Amino acid sequence: MSVQLFADLSVFVLSLLLGFEVIGRVPTTLHTPLMSAANAVHGIVLAGALLITLSADDALGYALVFVTAAFAAMNVVGGYVVTDRMLEMFRPPRGEPR
Amino acid sequence: MSAFDLVIRLVYLAVATCFVLGLHLMNSPVTARRGNLLSAAAMAAGVAATAVVLVHAATVRPWAWAALAAGAALGSGAGLLLARRVRMTAMPQLVSLFNAVGGGAAALIGVHDFTLHVSGTHGASLPVVLDVLIGAVTFSGSLVAAGKLQGVVPSHPILFPGARALTAVLVLAMAGASILLLTGNGGLAAFAVLAVAALGFGVSMVAPIGGADMPVVISLLNAFTGTAVAMAGFALGNGVLITAGALVGASGTILTKLMADAMNRSLTAIIAGGFGTGDDKPIEGPAG
Repeated sequence: MSVQLFADLSVFVLSLLLGFEVIGRVPTTLHTPLMSAANAVHGIVLAGALLITLSADDALGYALVFVTAAFAAMNVVGGYVVTDRMLEMFRPPRGEPR
Repeated sequence: MSAFDLVIRLVYLAVATCFVLGLHLMNSPVTARRGNLLSAAAMAAGVAATAVVLVHAATVRPWAWAALAAGAALGSGAGLLLARRVRMTAMPQLVSLFNAVGGGAAALIGVHDFTLHVSGTHGASLPVVLDVLIGAVTFSGSLVAAGKLQGVVPSHPILFPGARALTAVLVLAMAGASILLLTGNGGLAAFAVLAVAALGFGVSMVAPIGGADMPVVISLLNAFTGTAVAMAGFALGNGVLITAGALVGASGTILTKLMADAMNRSLTAIIAGGFGTGDDKPIEGPAG
């Protein structure tokens, strides 16, 4: 096992443990927005879509880049916008400073 | 490590930190919106840093740039339009749709990785196999879940004779294809079997579950996508994908359990019930 792979694996395991703890106190009303927010976070797959362009050099590669980028961008942009719309419902009443 | 690499890695570290803080701020209604905005800003920074990596590498073919730009523009536009236009009541199925495309993107990264080596060794690494497997299950499963909530697919549990046998066959096909690929004995055919069986399994997993349980199922599939993205991160050797994917995989799993508890449902009953082990009758909660 290479040093890099071991470092990646360590980061993976520690991130899992962090993920188990980070949302422990979420109230029931925030379950759906939190699901949507977490959904937006895995939109980081868009960075992966960017990285595969480095090795795309034929028609199949370009087609995969196109579809992957479209899917991932839809995940990111839609995910954050729809989460924000859900959370708008939790803002304080009008007139109060936000 | 060159100065350029160092800067990119520091940006990635900041991005991962902000994702964690953003999710943590979602614990309270007062800070939740700020948390989402922080997370979005981190996402923009992470994608921008990756774009800088591409420009810096200067080896991206013009057609690859064009495909990337066109795909990103199309996807962003569609996502923005859907997220803005959809009714409040239709949001869960929209989240499921976004989750489906996220899982699909992760699976396609695995497909791309496989196509690079297809003429050489006939095998695939564990991250690539898991990436395609989990990503494809999430893609089809989330589409069925969204369809059920939207009313495109019947929302009642879809059960038919032989459904369990079909699921068993799909599981065996996925396991067999994975073993062939991991031991270096599989080729394009084994890879295709893996992808198709995983797509089928996503459908056969979600179809028998009733519409009322869909939010829990969507949350579970969301955690699956996170895991698939982390696997894509291993395949690409990219730390921020690993961190963010693992974070969503774990927090999504906890959230799934919290949601099931809040609905007075047992997670195993929902999933096992989906496989026809006798969960057709409503569970009697303490409050009736």
